[in-house]
Amino acid sequence: MNFTSFLQDGKLTIALSGEIDHHRARAYIDKIAAKIEAYTPEECILDFTDVTFVDSSGIAVVINCMRRMAQIEGTLSMTGIGEQPMRVFRTSGIDKLVHIKEAV
Amino acid sequence: MKFENFMILEFPSKSSNEAFARSAVACFAAQLDPTLEEMGDIRTAVSEAVTNCIVHAYPNSYGMITLRCRILKDNILDIVVKDKGVGIPDIDQARRPMFTTGGADRSGMGFTIMESFMTSLEITSSPERGTTVHMRRRIQRRA
Repeated sequence: MNFTSFLQDGKLTIALSGEIDHHRARAYIDKIAAKIEAYTPEECILDFTDVTFVDSSGIAVVINCMRRMAQIEGTLSMTGIGEQPMRVFRTSGIDKLVHIKEAV
Repeated sequence: MKFENFMILEFPSKSSNEAFARSAVACFAAQLDPTLEEMGDIRTAVSEAVTNCIVHAYPNSYGMITLRCRILKDNILDIVVKDKGVGIPDIDQARRPMFTTGGADRSGMGFTIMESFMTSLEITSSPERGTTVHMRRRIQRRA
């Protein structure tokens, strides 16, 4: 699992990659939680640019991240979402709960 | 002959087989010349069905999962995912969005995704005997 993150001006960007399914979701949930706990950012940005596949397990990853950010009164946004992941997020309605930024 | 082509796969309920199963179906479906969107939908639905077997059908052990794909006339991809696990006590409840008996790492959206990404979805289940998920997707013919 490839996982990079950086913190700038209180904003934590976490770049996910590859395929996010049930097999990989637990590791992503734990790693994201550890980063948020370590940095307590005002905003967390999940970058999906290098994510090629997401199923309902990916929704759980986003929901868990959203809960963590709510606990520290921060916000969550997502960026760089490809076509397939976007269809999954739209079906679940998660695109209405999380701010989606246009890819830079 | 009612089908044009078919394939049957059998594999244990290990989570590393989720990626294998959806890729195998995608490779098989390629002969129908699906669009990227159709291919994405099929991979997602298969991933959900197989994940259900791994998480719910065999919660504390490994069991076998059978995956059968057929190509029917009129460009229909027919997929059956079958397990011999614990079964689903209440199918209507299981199909409800956000309902899950899984932990915090589950979203309860599996059946909702299968339903919206496929042309049809049928679930049959009996306690301690297993569950069969039968789904179909019509692939648009391209000019």
